[in-house]
Amino acid sequence: MNLKNFKIDLSNKNKDLIPQVLTVFLLVLVIIYFTINAQDNMGNRGISFGFGFLSQESSFDITFSLIDYDGSDSYARAFLVGLLNTILVSSIGIFFATLLGVTVGIGRLSQNYLIAKAAEWYVEIFRNIPLILQIFFWYFAALRALPLTVDSINFYDISFLNVKGWYVPRFIWTNFSIFFYSIIVAIITIVFFTKYARKQRDEFGKQLPTFYVSFGLIIGLPLLTFLFGGVRLSFEIPELEQLSTTVYVYKGGVSIIPELISLALALSMYTATFIAENVRAGILGVNKGQKEAAASIGLTKGQILKLVVMPQALRIIIPPTTNQYLNLTKNSSLAAAIAYPDIVLVFAGTALMQTGRAIEIISITMLTYLSLSLSISIFMNWYNKKIAIKEK
Amino acid sequence: MKNILIKPSKENLTSFVTFGSFLIFVSFFDVLANTFFNLNFTAFLPSKLSYFAPLIIGTIGLYLIRIEFSGNKLLDKININFNSSNFNAILTLIVIFALIKYIPPILNWFFFDANFIGNTKEDCTGSGACWVFVKVWFNRFVYGMYPDAEQWRINSAFIMLFALVGASFFVPLRLKKYLLIFLLFVYPIIGLKLISGGDFGLKYVETGAWGGLSLTFIVSAFALILCFPIGMFLALGRRSSLPAIRYTSIGFIELWRGVPLITVLFMSAVMFPMFLPDGTYVDKLIRVLIAITLFEAAYMAEVIRGGLQALPKGQYEAAKSLGMGYWRMHFLIILPQALKLVIPGVANTFLALVKDTPLIFVVGLLELAGMVNLAKTNPKWLGMAMEGYVFAGLVFWIICYAMSRYSQNLERKLSTER
Repeated sequence: MNLKNFKIDLSNKNKDLIPQVLTVFLLVLVIIYFTINAQDNMGNRGISFGFGFLSQESSFDITFSLIDYDGSDSYARAFLVGLLNTILVSSIGIFFATLLGVTVGIGRLSQNYLIAKAAEWYVEIFRNIPLILQIFFWYFAALRALPLTVDSINFYDISFLNVKGWYVPRFIWTNFSIFFYSIIVAIITIVFFTKYARKQRDEFGKQLPTFYVSFGLIIGLPLLTFLFGGVRLSFEIPELEQLSTTVYVYKGGVSIIPELISLALALSMYTATFIAENVRAGILGVNKGQKEAAASIGLTKGQILKLVVMPQALRIIIPPTTNQYLNLTKNSSLAAAIAYPDIVLVFAGTALMQTGRAIEIISITMLTYLSLSLSISIFMNWYNKKIAIKEK
Repeated sequence: MKNILIKPSKENLTSFVTFGSFLIFVSFFDVLANTFFNLNFTAFLPSKLSYFAPLIIGTIGLYLIRIEFSGNKLLDKININFNSSNFNAILTLIVIFALIKYIPPILNWFFFDANFIGNTKEDCTGSGACWVFVKVWFNRFVYGMYPDAEQWRINSAFIMLFALVGASFFVPLRLKKYLLIFLLFVYPIIGLKLISGGDFGLKYVETGAWGGLSLTFIVSAFALILCFPIGMFLALGRRSSLPAIRYTSIGFIELWRGVPLITVLFMSAVMFPMFLPDGTYVDKLIRVLIAITLFEAAYMAEVIRGGLQALPKGQYEAAKSLGMGYWRMHFLIILPQALKLVIPGVANTFLALVKDTPLIFVVGLLELAGMVNLAKTNPKWLGMAMEGYVFAGLVFWIICYAMSRYSQNLERKLSTER
């Protein structure tokens, strides 16, 4: 072999291979290093890696739980309680943030100077204060200023707000399953009716009153179950009870703890500012010509908004709003700061302190958030695809 | 039906406007008298009706003056901006009445009835806010537990920073490059050394004592400087054609973006030490900085990727046709353009970073919000939560609002250049 002609083969293939092999090699090296250290450390502390602890008795109490739970239940159940609490506060937050965000976003585009300014200042104020401070403010300052149990703020004698929380009536259902099925039946009927109405429109040009029929179905069918299905609904109204000369409590009803109220308030008011900006950008993003064209073919104002502006605006609004929903869900973890028993406080806090299993618990918590985030983004991607422009 | 309602018209302009204005005046007078003198002129009405009386009277008044193209410029302006429909008229009145009702008490609490003089809680005798609390704790809110005698070190580090940043606006373009390099690579080390001490006769101050607003700035500044290059490489990695690098980058970015910062901080506090050899101790502040940096780098990567994607393909092709390699193409052609495009996004990420800094309380570091939390639990100053949070909120608001305004200006400036 002639050495003069020998060259290291640096053709494209090898050139691409070297950095990749290097990356993988480094990654593996880091992981091995961490694993060895982790094994050492756990060995020193006398614990071994594993998820067996999940079935052990947790022996701590949780102040607020959607399912039955007490200290004799397992860590796995405590995790479930935390997860449900996270989902609860995120759902409440998403609902109110959307409501408020859309209102403020439309308000910013109002012709009315005062409304536009008020909406603008709302956005500027609440967007630029850290969320954690807002949570602290509502929890430690605003809600602590509420009256004591004995002189609660009374809402029409059925619901009471005081420093211990908000007491609302509990719904007591008989034959709830029939009521529930009736709603499902109504939804299925509406889906089929909408399809039928669309077919009628496309084939014969007939306009069926889809909205009124759907509205009637979703209200009417469940109402019918009250008349014929034996469904009963009664309320358990919270009542003030005197335990001793100075100690009063509310018995019965549902108590919404102040942690939940302040967290939901702060989350929805903070996220609403971002959603408002998305809504504004979306509506402004629709070409003016579109509205004019729609008006020129004789659509009414409501039809223009529903059939021309909104479908196009939604396409701009939805992707960034998805991000905001994700952010809200992740931000709900700030609950730990005010001791709302969400997954971080219950699991990554109390359970971790008790068991000392840092690696397992933090991994489970992070994986939970990852899967929550992924499921929201998968759902929103599906929805986004559904309303995207169908290009041929 | 239409005959019953009087339709305001241009023919009787003066009478409509006079009567309408009178009704509006009455409604305002009623609200003002109610708020400031506690008088209720409509007390004879049923309670609900009396409550809404000004709104109803005002709406009727606004209806009467709603005359299009009246010829009176002021009237037309009012009608267009505040009174274009009955719905808008009601909204206008609600906003104005709410302002009249709620702004004075807030102002009173905040300023007129507030207490500024004194040194203890007992000095706060007025009904308003007790700013004495903020005054007494001000030092702690800014410097944390940093020893009083050494605070000049923090001051001088920040004065130096502002002087350097200020100077960068005035020095000639030729020197600007060197100043920037100094600011980004040399200054952080000097500043850190100055604040932490230990050498040159400066007393060592452990990071546990750092805190307050200065810590907010330190954490944000370091995280920003560090997360930018990491984010840049991650963004390039995610767009790389090499699968191993691409998937590593995607995995890394999506992992950090999928979890809340608070769990990342928990991880840095309890899980990270498990991964290090037994007995190694990494300073709390450094662990937090690593956690925040990696977290924000993932967000930064997505912002920069947006800029890379926005560049037309022709730029890449042109660079390649000049015979440039991957790195030369990116550093000389692609990144300078892409980074300019994403300045607003970078500013937003930085804003989010500043707003996230209070979270470091989970590892026991107390910046401004954390210090307020600590101060309000002091037995001598119980019940001062409102003042503390309003103060902290105001400080953060000023910082963040100024930054967002600056980034908007920058955006506007750059968009006209293009």
